[in-house]
Amino acid sequence: MLRYALSRLTSLAISLAVASVVIFLVVEVAPGDPASYMLGINAQPDTLAALRSELGLDVPKITRYFNWVTGMLAGDFGMSYTYRTPVSQMISDRLWVSLPLALYALGLAVLIAFPAGVLAAARRGKTSDISVMAATQLGIALPNFWFAMLLVLFFAINLRWFSAGGFPGWSYFPSAIKALTLPAVALALPQAAILTRVLRSALLDTLHEDYIRTARAKGLTRRQTLWRHALRNALIPVLTIIGLQFSFLLAGAIIIEQVFYLPGLGRLVFQSISQRDLIVVESVVMLLVFAVILVNFLVDLAYAAVDPRLRSRA
Amino acid sequence: MTLLNIRNLSLSIHGTPILRDLSVSIAPGEILALTGESGSGKSMTALATMGLLPQGAETTGEIALNGTDLLQLSEPQMCNQRGNTIGMVFQEPMTALNPLQTIGHQVAETLRLRRNGEAPMTPASARDLVRDTLTRVGLPPEKVPLTRFPHELSGGQRQRVVIAMAIIRRPALLIADEPTTALDVTTQAQILDLLRDLVRDFAMGLMMITHDLAVVSQIADRIAVLRKGEIVEQGLTDDVFRQRRHPYTRALFAASRHRAQLCDVPVHEPLLRVQNVSRDYPMKRTGLFQPRPRFRALKDVSFDIRRGERLGLVGESGSGKSTLTRAMLGLDPVSGGQITLDGRLIDVNNPATRRKMQVVFQDPYSSFNPRHRVARLISEPFHLMDDAPTAAARDAAIAEVLTAVDLSPSDGAKYIHAFSGGQRQRIAIARALITRPELILFDEAVSALDVRVRAQILDLIADLSRRYGLSYLFISHDLSVVRGITDRVMVMQAGEIVEQGPTDQVFDAPSHPYTRKLIAAAPRLPAFGDEALSTDRGMT
Amino acid sequence: MRLSLALGATLTSLFVGAALLSFIWTPYGITGVNIAARLHSPDMSNLLGTDHFGRDLLSMIMVGARTSIAVALIAVGLGMGLGVPLGLTAAARAGGWLDEIVMRGNDLIFAFPSLVIAILITAVFGPGAVNAIIAIGIFNIPVFARLTRGGALSLWQRDFILAARVAGKSAARISVEHILPNLANLLIVQGTIQFSLGILAEAGLSYVGLGAQPPIPSWGRMLADAQTMVAIAPHVAVIPGMAIVLMVLGLNLLGDGLRDALDPRLRGRKP
Repeated sequence: MLRYALSRLTSLAISLAVASVVIFLVVEVAPGDPASYMLGINAQPDTLAALRSELGLDVPKITRYFNWVTGMLAGDFGMSYTYRTPVSQMISDRLWVSLPLALYALGLAVLIAFPAGVLAAARRGKTSDISVMAATQLGIALPNFWFAMLLVLFFAINLRWFSAGGFPGWSYFPSAIKALTLPAVALALPQAAILTRVLRSALLDTLHEDYIRTARAKGLTRRQTLWRHALRNALIPVLTIIGLQFSFLLAGAIIIEQVFYLPGLGRLVFQSISQRDLIVVESVVMLLVFAVILVNFLVDLAYAAVDPRLRSRA
Repeated sequence: MTLLNIRNLSLSIHGTPILRDLSVSIAPGEILALTGESGSGKSMTALATMGLLPQGAETTGEIALNGTDLLQLSEPQMCNQRGNTIGMVFQEPMTALNPLQTIGHQVAETLRLRRNGEAPMTPASARDLVRDTLTRVGLPPEKVPLTRFPHELSGGQRQRVVIAMAIIRRPALLIADEPTTALDVTTQAQILDLLRDLVRDFAMGLMMITHDLAVVSQIADRIAVLRKGEIVEQGLTDDVFRQRRHPYTRALFAASRHRAQLCDVPVHEPLLRVQNVSRDYPMKRTGLFQPRPRFRALKDVSFDIRRGERLGLVGESGSGKSTLTRAMLGLDPVSGGQITLDGRLIDVNNPATRRKMQVVFQDPYSSFNPRHRVARLISEPFHLMDDAPTAAARDAAIAEVLTAVDLSPSDGAKYIHAFSGGQRQRIAIARALITRPELILFDEAVSALDVRVRAQILDLIADLSRRYGLSYLFISHDLSVVRGITDRVMVMQAGEIVEQGPTDQVFDAPSHPYTRKLIAAAPRLPAFGDEALSTDRGMT
Repeated sequence: MRLSLALGATLTSLFVGAALLSFIWTPYGITGVNIAARLHSPDMSNLLGTDHFGRDLLSMIMVGARTSIAVALIAVGLGMGLGVPLGLTAAARAGGWLDEIVMRGNDLIFAFPSLVIAILITAVFGPGAVNAIIAIGIFNIPVFARLTRGGALSLWQRDFILAARVAGKSAARISVEHILPNLANLLIVQGTIQFSLGILAEAGLSYVGLGAQPPIPSWGRMLADAQTMVAIAPHVAVIPGMAIVLMVLGLNLLGDGLRDALDPRLRGRKP
């Protein structure tokens, strides 16, 4: 088990290293010099040089890369070109909106998908199965940001149950959760539809396995075999999808923030793009990628918890 | 007194009749074998008894267990019977166990179910019973802890776990559906012994489903022969085997004992030489910085196939047969030694050598690209020839090999799904013949076929070897098949050839202990075959 | 489920037809501003109503379909064109270093959702429809590479591939002649699914301003413009969204229907 975890940890480190190189290289090819962009066309050469050295732009690229990476490892993401404030400070507030939103949505998606998927598989071909499948077909086709607009129209503008947007901060937990609820629902439903279908078909696949017949021969009812034998085996493909969905949810969170005027990473990154504040973009992207890779590492560990064959292998 | 009494059982699935008016009974302590070819309805009879028929199945008639008609029971009532009064053992031990649960957990599961409203067994007493039962089937927890997962056990051990699950509640009736078909002969013999002992000790009835008449003769008290959902003959095993009243029984019996007519051919100089060949596979690292350990699948293997010779190769799974086959075909490199054909080294990139050697694989269903027509399928090896015939000559060559395997030249225009398993093996042979090779490897080429089809294919192989002067290497796990189709045989164990010699000599007087063990373990049809029949005739 | 095939094909061809028709005819022009006619609800003259500039929504939807379909289709082509050969090569060299590199590369791309790629590209080169295509296309590569590799790996285990190797055919030739045709159904079905996901992704990207730029109409852009007017004129937000849902639904139904129609196991059951 330890060896498996170590091998996954190694591949996590390699993925992160390669991702950082890719991101750095892409941003490096950007035309233009941030320092002259910040100071405008009338900048004096010596002020320019001073700013360049302040921003760490006057050293070779390879050194800059290592400075960037070591800085990030120490929690220092550099200075924003536009606001001259530490990027880490700008990001950390925003991250505590986007990340909880994505996780909230993931939780909702799983909570919806599990009962729906199990119900559909257990009652295959019956009315409940057909209606669940029809609903998921619609759910998959739903663009989350449009669905979010409909939710605002209905629950905020018409019914006035929720406010149409904004975020009160985490100091008062219930109202923070309330502010994130509509966005999380909008994000979660389409993903829940996908997860339901995956769970259903994984369950139906496992229900054809020989060991299910063995379990039935032992005297287990259909329902008992589903819960005791099929569900855990079906979890393996479902975990893969959950891992993938997290990255969609994180990206989706950035889009949804626009609908609800949430002060998350999305706002920050789109602002930074328009202001060509590349160091902020670079850092946010790196952070997003880090989150995705980390979640996939956790999914790998979850595989091992489910499947003894993985634990015994190196 | 009967334990199980099936009367006038008919079964159809989605309107297709599967079983017709089937009547059979089993007494306590009795072993009944249901036998027949694939599609005869053997397994469906078992599933009908278990109440585990697929959707769309309709039954009429009666399946009475201790006087209760199982067909009349509701699903919850049937759940109380399964694993309790009836246990079942399946064919494929590798997939019959849940890979995510320990064997102890899976064996105990049936004890922890609430039955007929009774409280389930306490965990402590359940654990004792699980230990006792596993010990009884030959897996003492001291040696095989209950915490093992299925993937940590061998096929034979897994089948013992499945048997333990089936018998832990001492069912009155045990159903075993081809329980040893997926196992090696030595393991098969052990499992058959175990089943027989359990039946005697517990006075269970055993419904044994098997296609293998030799297995039947070893274990069954009574036998019922099925064909197309009907019992054509049943009775005491000895009587049925001796008298064989029904022509179908006779045909099955004859096919099971079938030996192809091999003509005598003079053997010449060596055609294929395997010299000191070894093959290593890298395995998983044991530690992060340790070098990978190597698994030696072939250890210094040497032998010749001479021109005109029909050589057999037998061994159990994992003996290195497949590795050797792949090395001979040049599909995998060897780690040491060399393989030459006609004095030239076998090499993936040397079509001139490779066209002299072709192969027929085991599975008639995966051997062909479903998207190509038969003519294209069998002419694929022309790729190896620089001077491959074109246009009319090509068509003529295709027609010729199709005719040679007793198919019609017009079959070339059809797709493969139009053919049965036996016909597909003929097409596979046609594909092997088309480059006029000097050597053909038959890699378990008849193992997936029913006995009667198998006999026909063996005859075809013998006939072709005579007509074309073919040499071949016949690789099989089935000793009786190899005996009937080869002049000389090699026995392989753990990557080594432990014995080789003239076929009859090796089989009648094996010198190596492993060969002796194999031959002793292989089930044989008793000798009261043709001799007995002729005596019967003499008396009338 | 012949129904899903028929329904999916109908919806899909409806939108593709509308997109093609928009090249030669739309009910109204989409460039003019007509403040007098702004935010009309659907009626006989404007079947789907008008937007905040008084432009006919039906015409906008038709031209917008063009953008959505073009972006998604090219992105699928890009993903297939690179992913399928990579998957075939990886499977042919299974376990080798090339396979390892392809698979690790795939895992890496999976860590970059389309939106993140689009953010990076836009940050460097500025926004535009081409960026959307590249961003969605790059993300499609590992999808097809994995699918192809997985399917090809199981085919490589089959005896008919072994027979082709015994017949002396090279791995490349076997991949093209035996593997690819047997994966075609799988790839067509996945292609329609990725197409529908591409439509959704394009809408999302242009909604946040990373996709097609004005004056090119796109469904996502229309929704972004409509956002401030949801309360006063819901139809400007509802109608482009419905277009996306119906188009995606149509493609998904088509994919499902194709899978059932092309699955030889299902086909074998029906005489």
